[in-house]
Amino acid sequence: MGYVKKNRDFHQARWDEPFIMEMGNPGERGVLIPGASDEVKKVSGEVSELIPAGLKRKKAPKLPELSQMQVLRHYMRLSQETIGTDINIDIGLGTCTMKYSPKIHEQFVRAEKFQELHPYQDESTVQGILEIMYKDEQYLKAISGMDKVSLQPSGGSQAIFANVQTIRAYFEERGEAEKRDEIITTILSHPANPGTAATLGYKVITLYPDENGLPDIEALKAAVSERTAALMITNPEDTGIYNDRIRQFVDIVHEAGGLCVYDQANLNGVFGLTRAKDAGFDMCHYNLHKSFSSPHGCQGPGAGAQCVSEKLAKYVAAPTVEYDGEKYYLDGDRPKSIGKLRMFYGVPSVLIRAYAYIRTLGADGMKQIAELSILNNNYLIKKLLEIKGLSMPFAKGRFRMEQARLSWQELTEETGVTTDDICRRIVDYGFQDYFTSHHPRVLPEPFTPEPVETYSKDDMDEYAAAFAAIAKEAYTEPELVKGAPYKAALGARIEEECLTEWGKFATTWRAYKKL
Amino acid sequence: MKRIGFIVNPVAGIGGKVGLKGSDGEETLKKALELGAVPESGKKALIALRVLGAAAELSEMEICTCPGDMGENVCKEAGLSCKVLDCMTGDHAGEWTSLADTALVGKATSPADTVRAAKMLCGLGADLILFAGGDGTARNILDAVGKSAAVLGIPAGCKIHSGVFAVNPKRAGELALRYMQGKVPRTKEAEVMDIDEEQFRQGRVQSRLYGYLKIPDDVRLVQNLKSGSRGGGQDSTERLAEYMADTWENDVLYIVGGGSTTARIMERMHFANTLLGVDLVYSGQVVGTDCTEREILKAVSEYGKAKILVTVIGGQGYIFGRGNQQISAEVIRRVGRKNIIVAASEEKMLALFGKCLYVDTGDEEVNGYLHGYMRVLTGYGEYAVMKVTG
Repeated sequence: MGYVKKNRDFHQARWDEPFIMEMGNPGERGVLIPGASDEVKKVSGEVSELIPAGLKRKKAPKLPELSQMQVLRHYMRLSQETIGTDINIDIGLGTCTMKYSPKIHEQFVRAEKFQELHPYQDESTVQGILEIMYKDEQYLKAISGMDKVSLQPSGGSQAIFANVQTIRAYFEERGEAEKRDEIITTILSHPANPGTAATLGYKVITLYPDENGLPDIEALKAAVSERTAALMITNPEDTGIYNDRIRQFVDIVHEAGGLCVYDQANLNGVFGLTRAKDAGFDMCHYNLHKSFSSPHGCQGPGAGAQCVSEKLAKYVAAPTVEYDGEKYYLDGDRPKSIGKLRMFYGVPSVLIRAYAYIRTLGADGMKQIAELSILNNNYLIKKLLEIKGLSMPFAKGRFRMEQARLSWQELTEETGVTTDDICRRIVDYGFQDYFTSHHPRVLPEPFTPEPVETYSKDDMDEYAAAFAAIAKEAYTEPELVKGAPYKAALGARIEEECLTEWGKFATTWRAYKKL
Repeated sequence: MKRIGFIVNPVAGIGGKVGLKGSDGEETLKKALELGAVPESGKKALIALRVLGAAAELSEMEICTCPGDMGENVCKEAGLSCKVLDCMTGDHAGEWTSLADTALVGKATSPADTVRAAKMLCGLGADLILFAGGDGTARNILDAVGKSAAVLGIPAGCKIHSGVFAVNPKRAGELALRYMQGKVPRTKEAEVMDIDEEQFRQGRVQSRLYGYLKIPDDVRLVQNLKSGSRGGGQDSTERLAEYMADTWENDVLYIVGGGSTTARIMERMHFANTLLGVDLVYSGQVVGTDCTEREILKAVSEYGKAKILVTVIGGQGYIFGRGNQQISAEVIRRVGRKNIIVAASEEKMLALFGKCLYVDTGDEEVNGYLHGYMRVLTGYGEYAVMKVTG
């Protein structure tokens, strides 16, 4: 029997900590850097003279002046106000695939021989990291079935963006770019698909689900035409429902002359079980930080992989890593390439973890990822759906893969407590707040858990028990839930308009001061 | 024996095709008839009644109805025997039989007749009161029966904001039959809504809740409550208005239906518009405001190439036949399906998640012509592909 703790009497540290810009006193210093010796100056000259006049500031920047101890204490306090992945059962961030990342991976990426690499080093001196990247590419070719991989994207959405650029490059070369100006996607695909397509000037045609909960195939037939550039689709969609007609979708678009792009953000449900190429896709992408285990969140670090079939190989983001039988090298001489997406090449720390992850698990292990994720999800769904007020209203009775989009609508109607209230209340129980839904919020009062392969039955039982307790509170003492959180670092609710009104955004200190 | 009550508001919807946006009041009715309007609600009620009449079980049911055009005539046309109630309240109650008798218009039939009839049916223990009308009629039924009897509306009014109506007359007949057969065992409460006239005068489409009626609980066959605009829809409407402005063609006649979405597009184009009417635009000029079907057809002949721009009724999904009857079946036939632009905010479409768009032009052939899939403009070059049915 496992040990399932129902109430951990959690209370997060709470510090009334000022912004660092508000701290310190003139003249306080963390490090006093000695001036250059005369001997050095003789060679280098005055440092200030080395900077072109046009780049010199007229006034010194208003940086905070603090000692080392003050800085350390400030950031340690802030770190106590987060719920890190290592103390948290992070099942709630569905679609984010919050799996455990083995600690040995951190030894690899923190090793001096990796930490001290510099992207401007000569290729002959970085053969090790190039080999890892090259092998990552080869493994991803095997996993996707595709023929060419670029690891340049620094995240999933950038990889999707690269795929849309590739669509454009392909049709430009065929002289069809002007005519093929429409990209088809589905309402429950990841929003980066319509987002990147629109960013690159495509019209976006969105399919809604039919009565079975799958994207409406008849709508697709009505939507395709000589204007169709591509289909961009996630499978399983965010609901956890696998589209078993996916081959038909691909065939319909191909018959109309369009390309098909598989968004594999939700790879965990099909890892090692299906391949993009086998379903007929021309392209796909991976979120390496998610599916291939890097600690992620708070905007990084991410890494994306762009994977394409042979006919599109020449367009992938450059440079790529190549091997000539003797040495590994970066190939930037790719005239048809969509070019660089960012400086240098990929996000090496994530690529090292992905390499270690693939090597550790092997083909059989990867298949187990999907099997365990699906098993875990279906166990958790069963537990959660025993809770009064929580339901899975969309496509009732249809099998869910690695995640599910549930709804608190019933509870909201009966108690007035919303999913956003519960999202804050769960933090009082010592869990990260959860993911409700991608935009658009199609289902009312959504909640999207994803218990990936690394959570145990005990973890899931504890997680479900917390929600059962909150639901009980909602029915007996709704104001308690609506006023949450009480035990979290952030006691007061943020004014919502600060998150939604452009005029109230303060992304820099200067903007904050103006407000 | 099971008993079904049947009430027709003979003047419901009469102002629709002639652009009057409603049929309330003696003056409106007279004006509608002068403009060539013909009563429509009886025809719609007949479609529903024929579905009911086709069922063998009907011989074991009793239809109780009102005299003349308020029910009796429709029953006769459907070949159904019925018990006629003595429910008329006006001065001419005893002699009144038909709206065709124009001398009695405004005197012979009034909301009070609907209220009295519904009360009598309720007193007779009717299992279901099936009525043909619009939101005003629904309010009369509400006043009369409250939640003491199950009711169902056959949509026949100009504007249908209430959730008590079936999606179209045929479905009303089907649902009434299923309910009378005991195949729909439950009832549910549905809202009775009507436009808030004060808000309407200020240019906002805001519906007001008047109460709840008890209707057969079958989600597939009953209209969704028409939702008023939500604040969240604004951004997407701005984007689609911008797109329409960027792609507007000057050598095309635009037949612009009512609603706040199309109004926003017109505002973006700096054109005056009629919130609940149909306007015509050609070559940067508004060439017709609040037009009737006849005026629209004349303009189509005059200008040649034409496009219809309509929105989706929020919460219900109607694109034709609710509030834009001036864009009639004939107008649609002449303009052509491929020249129809449907524009609605993403938020409005999401409120319809899992449902279809509906058309109810009163012409089965044109309804069939519109069935299938249509694109709805939801943002700047963004479309949703929606199933259209009726």
